[in-house]
Amino acid sequence: MANVPADLKYAKSHEWVRIAGDTACIGITDHAQHELTDVVFVELPPVGKKIKGGEACAVVESVKTASDIYSPVSGEVSEINQAVVDNPGLVNTEPYDGGWFFKVKLSNHSELDSLLGADQYKAQIGG
Amino acid sequence: MSENPKVKKLKRTPLFNAHQKLGGRLIEFGGWEMPVHYTSISDEHLAVRKAAGIFDISHMGEVSLTGPNAEKFLNETLTNDVRKLSPGQGQYTLMCNKKGGAIDDLYLYRLGAEDFLLIVNASRITADVAWLRKRLAAFADRNTVTLSNASNKTGAVAVQGPRVQEFIGNVIPGASVGGTQVGSVTELKKNEVGKFNLDGTEILVARTGYTGEDGFEIVASSKKIETIWERLLAAGQPLGLKPAGLGARDTLRTEMCYPLYGHELDEKTTPIEAGVGFFVSLDKGDFVGRSVLAEQKAKGTSKKLAAFNMTDRSAPPRPGYPVWSTGPEAKAIGTVASGTQSPLLGLGIGMAYVPPAFAKAETPIEIEIRGKRYPATVIPKPGARKPIDPPPEQPIDPAVEP
Repeated sequence: MANVPADLKYAKSHEWVRIAGDTACIGITDHAQHELTDVVFVELPPVGKKIKGGEACAVVESVKTASDIYSPVSGEVSEINQAVVDNPGLVNTEPYDGGWFFKVKLSNHSELDSLLGADQYKAQIGG
Repeated sequence: MSENPKVKKLKRTPLFNAHQKLGGRLIEFGGWEMPVHYTSISDEHLAVRKAAGIFDISHMGEVSLTGPNAEKFLNETLTNDVRKLSPGQGQYTLMCNKKGGAIDDLYLYRLGAEDFLLIVNASRITADVAWLRKRLAAFADRNTVTLSNASNKTGAVAVQGPRVQEFIGNVIPGASVGGTQVGSVTELKKNEVGKFNLDGTEILVARTGYTGEDGFEIVASSKKIETIWERLLAAGQPLGLKPAGLGARDTLRTEMCYPLYGHELDEKTTPIEAGVGFFVSLDKGDFVGRSVLAEQKAKGTSKKLAAFNMTDRSAPPRPGYPVWSTGPEAKAIGTVASGTQSPLLGLGIGMAYVPPAFAKAETPIEIEIRGKRYPATVIPKPGARKPIDPPPEQPIDPAVEP
């Protein structure tokens, strides 16, 4: 059974969002990493890049395939997780902690309302 | 992450329920619903390299050709020399069209003087059988050759890895009853095939595979195959045997530079270009595609299959990615045919078609990944990625695809 922390927001495309003030931290869910298995490479957007909610802006690669990661929110990339670039296996072992991808300085707080809560995301993945 | 929509009626092997029971992640492959992995590709890959893995290969096709002129017919239809096979032996071979393009690559077993079994790629069963029937209709001695497609009533498993020989004899006990005469299944040598009696049913066991490891491939009736699968699992699991899916099958064969039909081979690509010319016997008499293949062997080809490793850590190379030469006058020189992350090396690896000048070992090339180019180096084939291997006895030794 996939872990779906109650304090996070989720996108239908299996990203999670942790809000701290004006900043959203983004990663992929336990369910997503379990589906991917064996993450071997993570490509992140450059710091300073302006991204739109729903836009493909990162790539995660397992042995078998490459998958796009969509930013659930709009804003400017304020920080990336170099540790996950250096050690992509963190996506599998710590999807909600050490395996985070990037942080976005939010440009539109109202977007958060359209994200899924933990219960809604659980329902989506059949958990 | 994006998700693949899947619909369409897929074929299932006799082991479908076994895969579900083991929690296999099922995907579509060549019209079949097959497990891509059970735990993860890397986990299963390393199990095969270090201990053992068991694969369902029931989707592959089995075509039987029998009769007094079956040898002659096959020798005129396939690239390798059928006459070299004694009963109980198998060989890797290819079936080409008149232009030398590969209709399929396959394993041919001689079960008796006039009894042959072809194990062909799942995605090519229809094309192969149609080609064989067409050829047979035009064959002067057609009344003395019988062709039958047993693909739908036959199951098969591959059990591969250095520890397989420690437990397979417990599952398939006793001496062979046909094919190569051996006192026990582990006495079979590479490429030998024997018939064994299991609970009163005849099964075929060949010492072949598609992983680069020691191992066996077992062909039995659809009814019997699940029993064999379950007994092998039970006997092997204490030694580290894991069920392995098509994902690991693909990464294992890519590490060994074995071609996969649809990637390295197709009807427009010849065995010479694909680097499997060792299995083309030009001195055995005429066969389909011979004139083109002879010319290519003598004069060379415009493209050649090269194996490469990524030089640095990068995203894994994938099929279809462009290949570039290096330096100030770098240009696009080819396309990746197969590429993945090597679970053994932790590095991107692949095979690509390039002009022969770039196919030599140590040549620097670049692989374009999402618009950026990353350095790679051409490496010698085959098996160069597996330093623990003894030197190969043959230039290359591929079995057939998944």
